[in-house]
Amino acid sequence: MDVHAAHNAVTAAAPAFSSRPEDIAWFILLLPLLAAAGITLIVRRSNFLAATFSIAATVTAFVLSFVLFLMFGVGDAAAVTSPFAWLHAGELAVNLGVTVDKLSTLMLLVVTGVSALVQVYSVGYMHGDRSFPRFFIGLSLFTFSMLGIVLADNFVMMFLFWELVGVSSWLLIGFWYEKESAADAAKKAFLTNRLGDFGFLLGIIIIWAAAGTVNFAELSQKLGAHPDLLGSLASVAGLLVFMGAMGKSAQFPLHVWLPDAMEGPTPVSALIHAATMVAAGVYMLCRVFFLYQVETAWPAALAFFGSISALDIIGGIGAFTALLAALMAIQQNDIKRILAYSTLSQLGYMVMAVGCGGPDAAMYHLTTHAGFKALLFLGAGSVIHACHHEQDIWKMGGLRKLMPKTFLTFALGTAALAGLPPLSGFYSKDAVLLAALDNGHPVLFGLGVLIAAMTTFYMLRLVLVAFLGSGRSEAAGHAHESPGAMTWPLVILAVPSVMLAWVPLGDYLTHHFFTDHGHVHGHGSEVISFGATISAAFGLVNHILFEPFNHAPLPAFLGTGALIIGAWIAVTLYWNAERDPLPKLLGSFARGMRNRFYFDEIYEAIFIPLHDLVARLADWFDRWVVGGLAVRGAHGSTELLGRALRIVQSGNLQTYTFFFVAGVALVVLIALK
Amino acid sequence: MLAWTIYISFAAAAAMFLLKPDSRQGARVLALVAALAGLAVGLAGALQHAGGGLVTIQKYPWVPTVGAEYYLAADGISLTLVILTGLAAVVGILFSWNVELRTREFFAFYLALIGGVYGVFLSFDLLLLFVFYEIAIVPKYFLIAIWGSTRREYAAMKLALYSFIGSAMVLAGLVAAYVVSGAQTFNLVELAKYPFPASFQNWAFPLVFVGFAILAGLWPFHTWAPTGHSAAPTAASMLLAGVVMKLGAYGCLRVAMTLFPEGLATWRNAIAALAVVGIVYGALVSLTQRDFKFVIGYSSVSHMGFVLLGLMTLSTIGLSGAVLQMFSHGVIAGLLFGVVGRMVYDREHTRDLDELQGRRLSRTMPFAAVTFVVAGLASMGLPGFSGFVAELKVLIGAWQTFPKLAVIAGVGIVLGVAYTLRAVQKAFFSGDQEDVPGAVHGGHAHGESAITLPEKIGAVVLIATTVLIGLYPKLLLDWIVPSFASPLFDGLRKGGLL
Repeated sequence: MDVHAAHNAVTAAAPAFSSRPEDIAWFILLLPLLAAAGITLIVRRSNFLAATFSIAATVTAFVLSFVLFLMFGVGDAAAVTSPFAWLHAGELAVNLGVTVDKLSTLMLLVVTGVSALVQVYSVGYMHGDRSFPRFFIGLSLFTFSMLGIVLADNFVMMFLFWELVGVSSWLLIGFWYEKESAADAAKKAFLTNRLGDFGFLLGIIIIWAAAGTVNFAELSQKLGAHPDLLGSLASVAGLLVFMGAMGKSAQFPLHVWLPDAMEGPTPVSALIHAATMVAAGVYMLCRVFFLYQVETAWPAALAFFGSISALDIIGGIGAFTALLAALMAIQQNDIKRILAYSTLSQLGYMVMAVGCGGPDAAMYHLTTHAGFKALLFLGAGSVIHACHHEQDIWKMGGLRKLMPKTFLTFALGTAALAGLPPLSGFYSKDAVLLAALDNGHPVLFGLGVLIAAMTTFYMLRLVLVAFLGSGRSEAAGHAHESPGAMTWPLVILAVPSVMLAWVPLGDYLTHHFFTDHGHVHGHGSEVISFGATISAAFGLVNHILFEPFNHAPLPAFLGTGALIIGAWIAVTLYWNAERDPLPKLLGSFARGMRNRFYFDEIYEAIFIPLHDLVARLADWFDRWVVGGLAVRGAHGSTELLGRALRIVQSGNLQTYTFFFVAGVALVVLIALK
Repeated sequence: MLAWTIYISFAAAAAMFLLKPDSRQGARVLALVAALAGLAVGLAGALQHAGGGLVTIQKYPWVPTVGAEYYLAADGISLTLVILTGLAAVVGILFSWNVELRTREFFAFYLALIGGVYGVFLSFDLLLLFVFYEIAIVPKYFLIAIWGSTRREYAAMKLALYSFIGSAMVLAGLVAAYVVSGAQTFNLVELAKYPFPASFQNWAFPLVFVGFAILAGLWPFHTWAPTGHSAAPTAASMLLAGVVMKLGAYGCLRVAMTLFPEGLATWRNAIAALAVVGIVYGALVSLTQRDFKFVIGYSSVSHMGFVLLGLMTLSTIGLSGAVLQMFSHGVIAGLLFGVVGRMVYDREHTRDLDELQGRRLSRTMPFAAVTFVVAGLASMGLPGFSGFVAELKVLIGAWQTFPKLAVIAGVGIVLGVAYTLRAVQKAFFSGDQEDVPGAVHGGHAHGESAITLPEKIGAVVLIATTVLIGLYPKLLLDWIVPSFASPLFDGLRKGGLL
């Protein structure tokens, strides 16, 4: 079908809408909220109706998103926004508005698409849970919050929804709050995110104070005209905003919440890891990429950074996170945790791409990753469901024959993640590597290739151990294929995992980022109009499939080589393996990988003594200064002692949080001096 | 018209003694009707005053020999706080429906306190304002000493002492201003025009400001607040945190800052620093409390720090943020104390978080749990609730003047998440592990006393208010922001401060 014809048909069929397409965007945003409200107020007691409300709203939102995509993504309509006044006082003016452009319409499709499939899947997975409707309220709220981030046309509105995503994640990760580990994980996720948001908010305030606006379009314009508008705080502001992304997209050192978040029900993991929460950070970086195109400037106290730009630091953090998480993934035995560390690693990949000046590559990888990572998580959920909540891959085995649909789709997802040509992951990974190479980051490029090999290795390890060989436990022996509500989403998700890159998505994104604004040079690939290419695409499958090898052979061949090496080692070690040979081969290094390089322990070791010190200081202060002022009188001292003891004895997450924040605050203070 | 808020409250307080001593239901209904009438008058009056400018309500000679007048007036700031008082009064009564001990007297004191508070917010004659301010202190003492819990006499005395010390400082400052100006008037609008000598302002300002700020929980004079809140009966805690602390902040803004702009310029940085210490200190201490009410009490110190910080920014953004934060904290703190004092403590008879930890109240009182979660989210400044807008504005205002302090105050916001989640989890969502995910079990374990209808109505009203303002802050800001254009703040503008 000719896409332009479809586009015209849509425009003709909906004259009421096409005059104000932004109204469609508002409607898409509100649909999941309406569903959540409807379930809460009307159908709280009916499982069936709750699921129906929620799924109907999300599917409708998906269809409408597709309409918008045809109008703005495929068509040539200019970006629109529709602000209305929200918060005005003095010079502060914040409007609420939606942005509809190539970037947001693509992301709308990703979010509503994955969310709809996850919800259908949840009908099967959560069957029989006594809080079934509450689960769908949570999913709807989560979708709503994420859509708000996607559509926001200014920093404050994005921050509003940013926080709502934090709350929704807390509700969903802690869904089984009776389990203490789940409640703790939810708290950890919320707190760690809030930590990042603290920097984010500070960054927003700095930008507002310097530029006088929080609107993306206006900011982009102003910064384009005056690249020195943010003065000496330009790079600091960029990094503070990046802190928000570090929290949501779980970048080192704020990565610790993400693996624990596996305590939530598996559909939640799929949603969080594929299309919503963690993607929000990368999406935000891409949305505000203009912020990182200004001249590098550091305040006097941070002058030692010299010509190192905010983007360089972002790229470094991304690459380090990617490497660290890939190492950790190699020695995990819990099927969900392997996928969790894999997500961490891939997010690092995307952030690295942004840091290399390739937001188009980052978004490309985000889009393909959303498809195959949702597929992998839902597949893992299917396995867990079949094995009676067994999650240890060494207690599985032989599932290939018992669960053929799950196995086939899972294998496809694995191949896509590993970057096997011509599956979608190959192209987006190639784009990331190309961005690193073309923009002069050979070290990051090398790391990227290494991580690609490791990715193939740990994913193949998972598949070989869990699905091949023979069953290693009773649960695995009696496993059976999951119901249709769970397998159909897997099959549907397999389609984009294979084919997504056969449409010229990379060019589409490059076009968005580097032609509309024009103040940065793209890296090579020729801009082709989407509509023209798509008709040519199917005639020239050959060209599409092998284009990367012709166009930029180095990343394509190295990436594929890494895949082959990773796969070869994995097969050598794990084909029909009864236990993991790596601990013997690598000794204590393997133990380090398994124990996540002791990050949680290191945080404890650093922050608890520090906390004790501050507690003693506070004790001293209360006793001698506040007490000395005779505010409390004789009675007060016992109370103080009790309180001081309580302060000393708490050695928990809140404490580290405090020191984290205090540290950030300290750095900013120094920077301001 | 707005003056009737005061008269209705005092008249109803007096009318309590016409009821039979054992007429509990009568007392409750009378109190509720009076509070509703006060709220209705407040809202109606506020709607007439669209625009937020200064409007005189009543003005008669009162003590002609000293030039004192009975001068009631209102601007957008007063209106906002009058509405808050009306709301808090109504909901407080709904949460006190179960008071059985000397019900008549309880509501008499309660309404007298409300009347005094209305009076303070509407007085533009300093002597009158001071009289209402004192009227509000006395009922507080009795409410805590008679109907309170945990060490109530001690707490009542502590609160009264702090209040009176503060009042003495305020009175000294006001009398000095009266004498120095020589204008033979206590009219605030007139006095604000008088250019007091800088040397005088430099000591009069801290005297009056701190005198008021004690009641606003200014660190390090905050210690009355947690003990007072904890010992007070539910409705009194709600009023203390919800309204009485605002009396202090209101006095700081209305009296100290308008009369002594030059003194303000001198002391501004110091007070802003104390406010920020309060924000972080309150949050840190809250994090380690075992008594549920102390958690909220110290969080109030932290949130009121934002009010004081906002006042010190002296920009329209920060000042309007501070007033909005007064309203917002009044609603949210009221809600938190309502849940803890009425829903939890009256049923479980303990506020010790370690004891509550084993009981998993989310199962026996789901309504209380949900309400507290929502109130907690609002309290930690989450978007969609009033606290976010208010604290955001204060932070932005602070960034323009005190960037370093703004950064530190931001720490307080992060800590807010920590202590709130800790309390939520300990009080409601932890306990025996008997049922695993997926298991099915039915309803209330021991339905000893379900949450009553008045409690539910009260909670819903407050939640709706904070959400409404959070989603559409313009409702209040359209009153608040224009207030700062009135001649009252000319002194600040002349000094280039506003």
